[in-house]
Amino acid sequence: MRKIFSILGFGLVIYMIALNIFSDRIHEPSWRISIREKLKKDKAPAADHSRFSQLQQPFTSPQQVTEACLSCHNQTHLEVMHSNHWNWEREEYIEGRGIVYIGKKNILNNFCIGVRGNEESCAKCHIGYGSTNDNLNIEEARNIDCLVCHDNTDTYTKANEQGGNPQNTLDLNLIAQHIGRPGRANCGVCHFYGGGGNNVKHGDLEMAMFEPSKETDIHMGTDGLNLVCVDCHLTEKHTISGKMYSLSSMNRNRVTCEQCHSETPHVDEILNEHTLKVSCQACHIPEYAKVNSTKTHWDWSTAGRLKDGKPFHEEDSLGNHAYMSIKGSFKWGRNLEPEYVWFNGTASHYLSGDVIADTSQPVILNTLNGSYQDQESKIIPVKIHRAVQPFDPVNQILIQPKLYAEAVGDSAFWKDFDWQTASRAGMHDMQLPYSGEISFIKTEMYWPVNHMVSAAGNTVACADCHQRDNSRMAGLNDFYMPGRDYSEPIELGGKLLLISTLLGVIGHGSLRIIMTMNRKKRGEK
Amino acid sequence: MKAKIYVYRSFERFWHWTQAILIIFLGLSGFEIHGSLNFFGFENAVNYHNFAAYLLLVLIVFAIFWHFTTGEWKQYIPTKELILAQLNYYLFGIFRNAPHPTKKDVLSKLNPLQKLVYFALKIMIIPLTVASGLFYIFYRYPHSSEIAALNIESLRTIALLHTVGAFMLVTFLIAHLYLMTTGETPTSNLKAMLTGYEELGHDHQQPENKN
Ligand code: HEM
Repeated sequence: MRKIFSILGFGLVIYMIALNIFSDRIHEPSWRISIREKLKKDKAPAADHSRFSQLQQPFTSPQQVTEACLSCHNQTHLEVMHSNHWNWEREEYIEGRGIVYIGKKNILNNFCIGVRGNEESCAKCHIGYGSTNDNLNIEEARNIDCLVCHDNTDTYTKANEQGGNPQNTLDLNLIAQHIGRPGRANCGVCHFYGGGGNNVKHGDLEMAMFEPSKETDIHMGTDGLNLVCVDCHLTEKHTISGKMYSLSSMNRNRVTCEQCHSETPHVDEILNEHTLKVSCQACHIPEYAKVNSTKTHWDWSTAGRLKDGKPFHEEDSLGNHAYMSIKGSFKWGRNLEPEYVWFNGTASHYLSGDVIADTSQPVILNTLNGSYQDQESKIIPVKIHRAVQPFDPVNQILIQPKLYAEAVGDSAFWKDFDWQTASRAGMHDMQLPYSGEISFIKTEMYWPVNHMVSAAGNTVACADCHQRDNSRMAGLNDFYMPGRDYSEPIELGGKLLLISTLLGVIGHGSLRIIMTMNRKKRGEK
Repeated sequence: MKAKIYVYRSFERFWHWTQAILIIFLGLSGFEIHGSLNFFGFENAVNYHNFAAYLLLVLIVFAIFWHFTTGEWKQYIPTKELILAQLNYYLFGIFRNAPHPTKKDVLSKLNPLQKLVYFALKIMIIPLTVASGLFYIFYRYPHSSEIAALNIESLRTIALLHTVGAFMLVTFLIAHLYLMTTGETPTSNLKAMLTGYEELGHDHQQPENKN
């Protein structure tokens, strides 16, 4: 009787545990319902702009369009002129440095290095008109470029090297009458081409994202959810949420997956536990640059070679520029596995003029802060862009050369191919010292990868990280990770223990068999 | 005179074999998690290991209950008596077909070396492995739809203790499987643990009540 009870009881407990472990708690989670509600909202403009007489008068300059916009939206310019898209500068606090004003205006990168002195060309991606090489021209409201973000005809195009002005062949009336909420194309014309070509900078933002498949991006896929940028980059008063840590430092105004998904969205609790230390992106973006290549290396030191006195370029097997006289040598990559770093949402920067004390290591232009011990930190995927760029070895500061000018003889490297004059002019524009000596130094930039999220079934697998060799986490060694880590002495001790036990057993057993056979031979029992 | 005697009661046998299977299974899946084997696949190994760990815990709770209610726990109290004799037997006597220095019976199933080793197993190695395993599972845990963490700075110590326990358990397993063959005949111990009955050389011993 007791036996039956104990067996029954034991079986029952096992059954309960199994039920608990294997029951699939699949029901529509509340976050998914709220996303569905959010996405259902109608986002068309409240009025039909083609019926407004202000927009029917013939426009001869883009500024006239802006004035027409402001005649109704008579406070909106204040919002825009407050935004980072307009100012190219933000107030940031950097740990150890205090408050700094940084942005595209003054931060150096390791692509085309810097904007200062090249504004007329760079302003192609500024939301304004009338920039000159001395002045971004952000004082006048009539210089706001409303159309580049709000054009819904997909015809508005800014001209090259015209200080941010549009091409002069456009039908500005048609465009002004068909404005609306920004679509992927409005954001993409600038953000997909940063660094002077498709996908040069980010790796996860490129022209394939105009009309991506959901394989490329599960959120934006036109064959799926078909989201546009501003569905996630929520915007209030023309301040758009989200920013890149190439330029910003503080943990604020970020776009998060948790806006729509909960913090612990998995059915599997072990995966939920990972969310304490691992960002969503780390597993859900197994690779980036899924369609077109992104630039991974840029070597400025080879720039300036000429053929018959003329600049030239060469292409690699995929049709990407491998060499350009104006920019140097490049390496590109496609379907890249990200690298991984700890990140707590704050970054520090190389600010122009900072003296580089240790020239033996690559200079990190934007250091992402974080560590395992830091409670705020999570592992995030990054693209690391590695470059070799001009450097003043006497003053030990990075050089910002003057790159662009309209004509030859104006010290611009892209016209004259002379590092000396370009550096002198560039550093003069920056109001920084220049010794007259040029060398080149290795630099790195860290670009968090946040887009090109894959479908749930296509994530980084457990064993991609939890393995001894080739772990994706090979570079992060400030914590113990099961499957990857072990202790050498314990491993050695354990193996020795096992082997000696096995040998002992085999030896002892063999001896027993031999002795028994001997006894049998001798006729003993 | 030899008699077939009921040595291992049904729960005891059930407990022994279930524990054996679970520990072998935990060893396999555990060492796959550890990176030494490739068998189930990492993700499966983790899930299986966790599942089997819960089963082992339940079994251990029942086994503790059984040991105390039946008083069987006393079998495992180590004695100094005859330890050297037993050691001497394994190192020399066994090759000469000398008689076992200790007699096995229902009230004293374990020889002095077994007592010592099983005692260490029950008091140190299994608790070490189980406790570190529990910390391994619960140093982060779901808590009202969020994840809470015990204030443990690093998994390292927990994981290494668990690994040490695991190595010792596998070592024990190897030695145990071999020593099983050193009974009256190579298979007599195995048969006894399977059927419960063993031929023991005590004429005055009566079979226990079956319960
Ligand atoms: C109730 C008992 C046990 C519990 C609760 C337990 C729990 C765990 C857990 C949670 C892990 C980490 C895997 C993960 O992240 O899910 C683990 C790893 C491991 N377990 Fe167990 N386990 C138990 C028993 C055993 C036994 C009996 C063995 C071996 C015979 C074993 C060997 C291992 C090994 C070798 C690892 C890998 C350790 C490392 O490399 O960090 N475990 N165990």
